[in-house]
Amino acid sequence: MAAPLIRMHDIHKAFGPVKVLEGVDFELLPGEVHALMGENGAGKSTLMKILTGIYAPDSGDIQVDGKAASIASPADAEKHGIAIIHQELNLIPSLSIADNLFLGREVHRFGLLDRKAMATRAKEWLARVGMEKLDPGTLVERLSVGRQQMVEIARALGQNARVLIMDEPTAALTESETATLFQLIRELRGQGTGIVYVSHRMEEIFALCDRISVLRDGQFVGTRDVPGLAFDEVVKMMVGRTLDARFPTRTPNIGSVRLKVEHVTGGMVKDVSFDLHAGEVLGVAGLLGAGRTELARLLFGLDKIDSGTVTLEGSVVTPTSPNEAIHAGFGFVTEDRKAQGLVLDLSLRENVSLPRVPARAGLVDRPAEKKQTRGLIDALKIRTRDMELDVRALSGGNQQKVVLAKWLALKPRVLILDEPTRGVDVGGKAEIYHIINQLAEQGVAILMISSELPEVLAMSDRILVMHEGRVTALLDAHGATQETVMTAATGGK
Amino acid sequence: MTQVNWSRVAPLLQRLGSVIGLLLLFIVLSVMSPDFLTTGNLLSVLRQVSINALIAFGMTFVILAGGIDLSVGAILALTGAVTAGLMAAGHGMLLSMGAGLGLGLVLGMVNGALVSWGKVAPFIATLGTMTLLRGLTLVYTQGTPIPVTDTGFALLGGGYLAHLIPLPVVWMFVVFAVCGFLLRGTVFGRHVVAIGGNEEAARLSGVRLPPMKLAIYGLSGLLSAVAGVVLTSRLYSAQATAGAGYELDAIASVVLGGTSLAGGRGWLFGTLVGALLIGFLNNGLNLLGVSSFYQQVVKGIVILIAVLLDRRQ
Repeated sequence: MAAPLIRMHDIHKAFGPVKVLEGVDFELLPGEVHALMGENGAGKSTLMKILTGIYAPDSGDIQVDGKAASIASPADAEKHGIAIIHQELNLIPSLSIADNLFLGREVHRFGLLDRKAMATRAKEWLARVGMEKLDPGTLVERLSVGRQQMVEIARALGQNARVLIMDEPTAALTESETATLFQLIRELRGQGTGIVYVSHRMEEIFALCDRISVLRDGQFVGTRDVPGLAFDEVVKMMVGRTLDARFPTRTPNIGSVRLKVEHVTGGMVKDVSFDLHAGEVLGVAGLLGAGRTELARLLFGLDKIDSGTVTLEGSVVTPTSPNEAIHAGFGFVTEDRKAQGLVLDLSLRENVSLPRVPARAGLVDRPAEKKQTRGLIDALKIRTRDMELDVRALSGGNQQKVVLAKWLALKPRVLILDEPTRGVDVGGKAEIYHIINQLAEQGVAILMISSELPEVLAMSDRILVMHEGRVTALLDAHGATQETVMTAATGGK
Repeated sequence: MTQVNWSRVAPLLQRLGSVIGLLLLFIVLSVMSPDFLTTGNLLSVLRQVSINALIAFGMTFVILAGGIDLSVGAILALTGAVTAGLMAAGHGMLLSMGAGLGLGLVLGMVNGALVSWGKVAPFIATLGTMTLLRGLTLVYTQGTPIPVTDTGFALLGGGYLAHLIPLPVVWMFVVFAVCGFLLRGTVFGRHVVAIGGNEEAARLSGVRLPPMKLAIYGLSGLLSAVAGVVLTSRLYSAQATAGAGYELDAIASVVLGGTSLAGGRGWLFGTLVGALLIGFLNNGLNLLGVSSFYQQVVKGIVILIAVLLDRRQ
């Protein structure tokens, strides 16, 4: 057996009184893809930040190539050949591929850039990730997310990285981009690179990874070989119990038409029509760029509707701002909770009451606000010690629940959910599904945009499929399969 | 239940840095200069601080909402001049003051309109209005001071409460109390902080940005006008060059007080402490006979140290 590239032993880390890691071990062999799993808040990110020199561990030791190593800064990590590909890509959009590849280590002569040498070397680096056809002079902002990621990987490899950490690398990729990435990962594995693969997507992990290590509440649960490992066992390791069901069931109680959308056109959305009933969950499926989020933005008054009508409970509504949409009865859980859903430096209480602060004549009614927040924390099972804590401190799943709580406080007539479980762990997902079901049972009309087909199929009553801005199918969820949805989503009939 | 809730205590300690700094300065100056710790001196410093503090309170709202207002000094000068000018033309004190304050509010709202509907960066928008208003003030006054003869009006800035406390100090604390309540106790204040913390999230939650920005910059303009009226009253005259550089003192007070220039985090009490720090520092250096040239150097160093300490958290 080859010596491990990385061996982390008995790592401890606390922030103030909060223990984030308690005696975690982690080992990465050359030429393996090693999945790091755990619910949000289990300590995965912290462990990786220690490995890349962003945090210092309180105790424990790290070995690189069998020798004790001190990784006190990102520069140290780079020296040891450890690179991380972030979920949010770290490229500068307005610079070219070559400029990005050599950012901070430009080839120069007496301070003058040697563009020719950089372009040549950039070509070589791009070839290593199978992107030799790209012109190194292309601006990064012109590239798709998938290609930008390839550029990031090329940069890491160009810096002689032997350990690549990938954090949810497929979150924003299309199917074909994912396939390309997996092929590259397998090639790198063949060349002896060690890859740490952080993801919530179980299918991917079983298809790609050699071993799995699981963290739970800052504790190291164990490492297993993937061959012969059962799906349920991983879930059990992560949540410490077996989940009753991945998707909770709901007795549909569908009422009259609540929202009627007729021939709505605007931006990339073209001639979209559908009815949404009280108590119904209407799933919206489609590939990235199909116009699903754009449709939601039109309904919520964020973008302008060029033509068509929207009727809510019999009266025509054309919101021109989120404020008007909210007053009309819409709620909108956006896909990017950190950028659009939450004010991270405000407390849970202040975030929850942001759309409508309980107040009398403009004066905040603090007791009513606390009571409302307390009720929502209980109803949604938000795990927090204190409603006065900044939401920044919460895990992804709990943050998502805060976003939901924000809208539930308003009792919306129509709730639009855009990727409601993105970046949420298995246990958190089940709880969010439960909440969605409860809302539908209470008669809320729900429009649920999702890229996860199993989720759309299991949660929806009907499924609206979009392709290039148009509706290509409106399916009954009972008869629908992944295949029928995908066919419509790719424009086939 | 004796467990300390660190997540609440830590930010408080961080905030208290400016308070500790002020106390230290107080102690040092008391030891070094016998003239420092006298009622007369302390009240006189408070009176000097009051003008800056009035402006800085408004600036706190602007900065908390993620903006900046460079036009405050210019608004002070123009509103002071207009108030004095109207009185010189024979109008009553109340009408003249009302016009001055109203003008400040409107000018601030113009800033808000430029920032929200015009989508101009706050720095540039208020740099533009600052220059414009300075010019208008020179045109209006023809560059000569406008004297104030109304003795009633002169009391606003020159009078005393209970024969002891200068009235500008009273105005400062009244405005502090009102603004503090506005920030902590009202929906308006909540939305100010939310906009500074994440403008997009606030907008998607139904917070209407244009009216909020009109109100925020309008408040800053109004408080600058209050400072303008009080200063004009205290000096018995309005001058075109009044308030030059006051925008920087106000920003420094806000930042010294621990409010983040990026918006979304801060408090009004910190701004009061920041303004006092600057005031007592100037006073102490005067008492110790330090030349005014060096005073600027010291002030700059203090600001840099304060910001560096804040960054280390």
